[in-house]
Amino acid sequence: MRRSLILDVVVRVVFHSAFLLGLFLLFTGHNRPGGGFVGGLVAGAALALRYVAGGIDEVREALPVRAWTLLGIGLACATGSAIVPLLAGRELLEHFKGEVHLGPMGAAHYNTALVFDIGVAFVVVGMTLMLLVAFGERLPSLGNSWARQETGR
Amino acid sequence: MRVLLPLPVVVPLIAAGISMAFARQRNVQRAVGALAFVITTGASIAMLVDVDRHGPSAAFMGGWSAPVGISLVADRFSALMLVVASPVLLAVLVFAMGQPGTEQEQPSFHPVYLVLAAGVGLSFLTGDLFNLFVAFEMMLTASYILITLGGRRDQVQSGMTYVIINLVASTLFVVLLALLYASLGTVNMADLAVRMHTVPEGVRVAFALLMFVVFGIKAAVFPLFFWLPDSYPTAPTPITAVFAGLLTKVGVYCLIRTQTLIVLPGDRIGGFILVIAGITMVVGVLGAIAQDDVKRILSFHIVSQIGYMVLGLGLFTVAGIAAAILYVVNQVVLKSTLLLVGGLVDHAAGSTRLASIGGVARRYPLLGWMFLLPALSLAGIPPFSGFVAKLSVVQAGLSAEEWAVVAVSLVVSVLTLFSMSKIWAGAFWGEVELVAEPDDATSVRFGGTLPMLLATGGLVVASLGLAVAAGPVFGYCQRAAADLLDPAAYVRAVLR
Amino acid sequence: MSLLLAFSTALLFSLGTYLLLQRRLSRLIVGLGLMGHGANLLLLLSGGRRGVAPFIGATKGERVADPMPQALALTAIVISFGVTAFLLALAFRSWQLTGDDLVEDDVEDRRIAGALAALADEEVADIEAMAAAGADAEAGGPALGEEDGP
Repeated sequence: MRRSLILDVVVRVVFHSAFLLGLFLLFTGHNRPGGGFVGGLVAGAALALRYVAGGIDEVREALPVRAWTLLGIGLACATGSAIVPLLAGRELLEHFKGEVHLGPMGAAHYNTALVFDIGVAFVVVGMTLMLLVAFGERLPSLGNSWARQETGR
Repeated sequence: MRVLLPLPVVVPLIAAGISMAFARQRNVQRAVGALAFVITTGASIAMLVDVDRHGPSAAFMGGWSAPVGISLVADRFSALMLVVASPVLLAVLVFAMGQPGTEQEQPSFHPVYLVLAAGVGLSFLTGDLFNLFVAFEMMLTASYILITLGGRRDQVQSGMTYVIINLVASTLFVVLLALLYASLGTVNMADLAVRMHTVPEGVRVAFALLMFVVFGIKAAVFPLFFWLPDSYPTAPTPITAVFAGLLTKVGVYCLIRTQTLIVLPGDRIGGFILVIAGITMVVGVLGAIAQDDVKRILSFHIVSQIGYMVLGLGLFTVAGIAAAILYVVNQVVLKSTLLLVGGLVDHAAGSTRLASIGGVARRYPLLGWMFLLPALSLAGIPPFSGFVAKLSVVQAGLSAEEWAVVAVSLVVSVLTLFSMSKIWAGAFWGEVELVAEPDDATSVRFGGTLPMLLATGGLVVASLGLAVAAGPVFGYCQRAAADLLDPAAYVRAVLR
Repeated sequence: MSLLLAFSTALLFSLGTYLLLQRRLSRLIVGLGLMGHGANLLLLLSGGRRGVAPFIGATKGERVADPMPQALALTAIVISFGVTAFLLALAFRSWQLTGDDLVEDDVEDRRIAGALAALADEEVADIEAMAAAGADAEAGGPALGEEDGP
């Protein structure tokens, strides 16, 4: 496909920052506006930028994971963080915070809600990946495995 | 108990996640799915026994107590629905595993099916109206995917209708939630019940009507049922069986729950509901008589039977609601069975159009029996469970002195029998006439592959079991109805 | 402020409803999106007057905005995001299969309605044929009473 030089260079500059912004939003979601969903969306938007620049091959190069795997890990992660407190004697989806002392770096606060947020972010990125693959594969061959053409009875 | 409550929701979701991660390995998917449903069935039965003994119990998500937090509540009604829904989901999964078709071709079948099951479980268990919206959306989105799985032209077309109508219903649900929150300041169902008296009567009746419309679209009452016969028949058979058996019944569950819990006794719109029920019954059965495809006839019958359940609700007496609950339990099992038999006919004879096939019972007697028993039950012939359910509805109607609608229900019953005999005569009796024949050994001998026969046979046995255990089951339904009409115990369990 | 928001909500709903009655799926998707936005705006409206962001320890006794409708609206937005993605995929698939994205009538419904219409036409044709035969008998053939005339 014909690639635009300007788009290529801009995406090269912007992609990593956008992805990092998504990660930042994910981690800061507990104390500021942000969270798993927005973080996943921004990261997915960065991937979509790669798609616009170079097509679906570019996206595959950026993130060589299968969308299903991402979705599955994300969902299992999120529901796992929901059920572990239940099995440990607390309520469903109850979250705990704590501190880790890292010597000269001070204390790092953590919260188990982060696990849930990571799960959600994975799901969103996986979904964006699946969207790009579903809409972005080259026509007219309907040979991708999700679009099998069967004759109706 | 606190551990048991969220299991019907969380276990299918985790299983869905694992299924997705192992999307290429069908055996892992199958094992995980079947295990999830076995665990869910066990948890539901344990919940049922506990709730019957000790009354409603609640668990609070995240440790935040109601009304701020989301509560999961199990009372007799929801426990019963879970106990009935989980084995049906398992049976349909087993059927799908045996049927050459969707499950074997699409890696996304298992995860989406498990998410659907999680959505159904959450709708039955939640005590918060917005969480009910989320559960509905989980269930509906999974159903959008399942109904178009395969991407054929007719599926895409009927899928479009289904999706759009359900999206409109969801938007209406959000409007209802916004208006409820604006007037009452809460979306927790028990808290709504407590605060309802603070708004004027017109507003309360408006809420009752809006709730009826929102859940009526899902439950397919007149005049909101037109999407059902258009979209259900084109889905793959196991999908149609789950939709017919469960999704509409989730709508009926929500109707019964909201009309008894949130609507105050003085504002109940019983008369209106009875009229709607009567018209639904008639329109459904007349539509069924006009069709000549087995799956379409059964889809119209879904609508007609919903009328009976709404009739029981509209009476607003313990007898009426107990009859409605018993009817729902019956229909979940019977409708799924009949549609699975329709799938077996499709597999054995190659088509479900009555004009093209014939004599299936002569060629495969097992299929004949598997249709005959549930069909007689559906038509209300004694001594089957359908007869007990219909009798309880009629008795409740007579004791509430609603002669007109009881007469309508009896006429519709006769017409249902006529329609069932039309299927029997057209597809099962007469000269053997098959469009295409299956080619594996079990199918040639018995009419279907082993998992398909096992699943359908299991459900037929379950419906017979319902007939045998009708006494205790109806007693339980009466206790559940008494709980529904006097929700003090429910409110206490949530708002302690 | 609330009046303006209420009018906006009404406008979004009416636009969405009009688009919902179209035939093309792409218009329907836009219409459903508008209706979804209207519903979310209504959720926001239900939260009452505006106030300070609801963080613990960040306010000093001023009126705090209600956090509940914000959470509800966020959930509704996420849900509609997912479903819109699905609808777009459906429209895309329909375009792949038929070159168009019209929402079509149900095939079986049309067939049965057509069969009923054909039946009605048949009956009308039968009645007309009988009427024509009756007119022939009256005009041309021998009347019954005249057969054994003189």
